[in-house]
Amino acid sequence: MAVIASIALLVAEHRSQQLDFLRATLSFFIDPIKYLVDLPTVMVEQASESISSYATLKKDNERLREDQLIHQTQLLKFEALEKENIRLRALLENSFKLGEQVLIAELLSVNMAPYEHIVVVNKGTRFGVHSQQPVLDANGVVGQVFRALPLSSEIMLITDPNHAIPVQVNRNGLLTIAVGSGQINRLILPFLPSNADIRPGDLLITSGLGGTFPQGYPVAVVDEFTSELNKPFANITATPKAKLDRNRELMIVWSNSTPVPLISKPPVTEPASKATPHE
Amino acid sequence: MSNYYGFGKIILSMILAMCLRIAPLPPELSVFNPDWVLLVLIYWSLAVPERVGIFHAWGFGLLTDVLTGRLFGQYALAYSLVIYICLKLHKRLRQFPILQQGLFIFFCLLLSQLLLFLIKNLQHPAQLHGTFWLPVFTGTLFWPMVYTAMRFVRLSRRIKE
Repeated sequence: MAVIASIALLVAEHRSQQLDFLRATLSFFIDPIKYLVDLPTVMVEQASESISSYATLKKDNERLREDQLIHQTQLLKFEALEKENIRLRALLENSFKLGEQVLIAELLSVNMAPYEHIVVVNKGTRFGVHSQQPVLDANGVVGQVFRALPLSSEIMLITDPNHAIPVQVNRNGLLTIAVGSGQINRLILPFLPSNADIRPGDLLITSGLGGTFPQGYPVAVVDEFTSELNKPFANITATPKAKLDRNRELMIVWSNSTPVPLISKPPVTEPASKATPHE
Repeated sequence: MSNYYGFGKIILSMILAMCLRIAPLPPELSVFNPDWVLLVLIYWSLAVPERVGIFHAWGFGLLTDVLTGRLFGQYALAYSLVIYICLKLHKRLRQFPILQQGLFIFFCLLLSQLLLFLIKNLQHPAQLHGTFWLPVFTGTLFWPMVYTAMRFVRLSRRIKE
């Protein structure tokens, strides 16, 4: 009987989303275990923080202040560029997508399954997280929310073998898809012909096609390009920009998908700039 | 009273097993991490078969599904089948020397892993490599340890047999 029940559950969940409620309920019992396992890491971190010396803290503080200053000046220019971009797009009669809100989530150091690249963070549907949201870190795209539970959510990294992300070569706008390889520092671009205009060192950014990832975030850098004579597709690998195995803080993004209207209606652009611009 | 206490002990050991299941090991070691939940479940089903039945196994399987983010029911299916076999054979198994028991545990773990493999393959013909089967071997190696530790826990304050 248990066998029949489990098979029924398997089929039911594979087909539809209706069991999400059951999973959410059970996760109330399970999530404390995840937090419990995470506890030693948090404690070690706090301990190392509390015994770090005044000098280190001061140095850190200074460095961060400098960084902040540099970023601020860059942002000054960014605002002007953004407005200019909107104007240019208006000339092309094109709408412009911007305005993204982020939520900082912290990684729980648990290990779900060794051969899958899925990590758990400490923010869930309580914070409005839903599945298929893009996740970033300070350097680039990390992955997307795979499953949101009430108190935690599972994030599939871009290097998972079952993950694919639509990308664009920053240099020339060439569109393709980057597929995870199963190794934490490697992506594969399997769908480019041998004569494609791509070379090592090219930056890949999200193309915005597919609708999950907002356009323009750095994803990876091409590090190898080899083509074999009698094969139609080239072997291309890339290294993700995001520090997938080192970061503890991730950003979950809400992209504000209402396009900003053309220049002729300036007041309407206000709500977009209210959302924290993040780039 | 003793009844209630015994059940608490079982629950606690299962929670500990679940913690071990998702312990943050470095990636080279994590492929060796055995299925602790199943090991502890097998122990309890052999030691107190009237207390831990198929439905407990099924329930804990469901919880493990949520814990490891699997499709619902695959651990539930694997665990309930393995525990069914254990319950059928528990009288004989208790008499076995530890080596023979180990062999049996090996096949139990293998069966569970095989079921998981089949289900995973149905989902998406997966790119799994040989490391998928490693937990079966490490699980078998850890069995004597689990057995003695759990036996100590069980006998330290008696759970009614």
